[in-house]
Amino acid sequence: MELTGSIITLTGSIVLFLGALGIFRMPDVYNRMQAGTKATTLGTVLFLIGVSLGHPGCGCQGKIVILIVFILATNPVSSNALARAAHTAGIKLTDRSVKDDLKDDTETGEAK
Amino acid sequence: MKKVKSAFLGVVILFAVWVLLTDTSQQELFLGGATALLIAALFHSKLTVLGDVRLNPKSLVYMVIYLFVFLWELLKSNIDVALRVINPKLPINPGIVKVRTSLKSPLGRVILANSITLTPGTLTVEMKDEFFYIHWIDVTSDDIEGATKSIVSHFEKYLETIFG
Repeated sequence: MELTGSIITLTGSIVLFLGALGIFRMPDVYNRMQAGTKATTLGTVLFLIGVSLGHPGCGCQGKIVILIVFILATNPVSSNALARAAHTAGIKLTDRSVKDDLKDDTETGEAK
Repeated sequence: MKKVKSAFLGVVILFAVWVLLTDTSQQELFLGGATALLIAALFHSKLTVLGDVRLNPKSLVYMVIYLFVFLWELLKSNIDVALRVINPKLPINPGIVKVRTSLKSPLGRVILANSITLTPGTLTVEMKDEFFYIHWIDVTSDDIEGATKSIVSHFEKYLETIFG
């Protein structure tokens, strides 16, 4: 059981590492957010599951379930708020982007 | 009816959180239940957002299926992003696309937006009426219908049953 927990925790940390690498490599704020949000969510969830399996006697499983629910519910909301704020503040998409419907609609007055 | 349902769901959620947080001795369960009832009774007018949840057997089954669909998508999205990140060429083709949703319930829309953010290569940037603006790391279809089909549809069919 302890070994399973350790392996899951290790997987979580690898996911978090890849997320950090993604933040380093991606070209603009939105792509970085993509790498950041998904990796931190799954990484943290795996990490918590690993901890709860690795310490079966801690009596903290219920609290970990609550933590996971809160992370799943709030992590995407925060990244949504950041991306929206970035777009409203006029931060440009990378030159490799193919289209920006939101900018087009804002300019023609369809959105906002 | 809607108010009763939202108050009931409020009690259930509060009590579940209480049980998960504490030991299950009889006194604590009783006190937690009483407090949950009190809070739900005092704030039932603020809990209306929960009233959109449908409580029939089909919607409960769909909730469970949705959880697994969601977790599977979360796993897939991480593998997808990880592969893009470690590829030396960085194969991205990003852009912001517009998709249409038919969900009306606020809670359903929030859950849909959150799910989109956690699925492969998509990030919700803005919600405006029936349209979501989504940053897509690999734009494969140009029009609203195509993007809606590949991003929203597989979640919407469950959420429509759960929230109506």
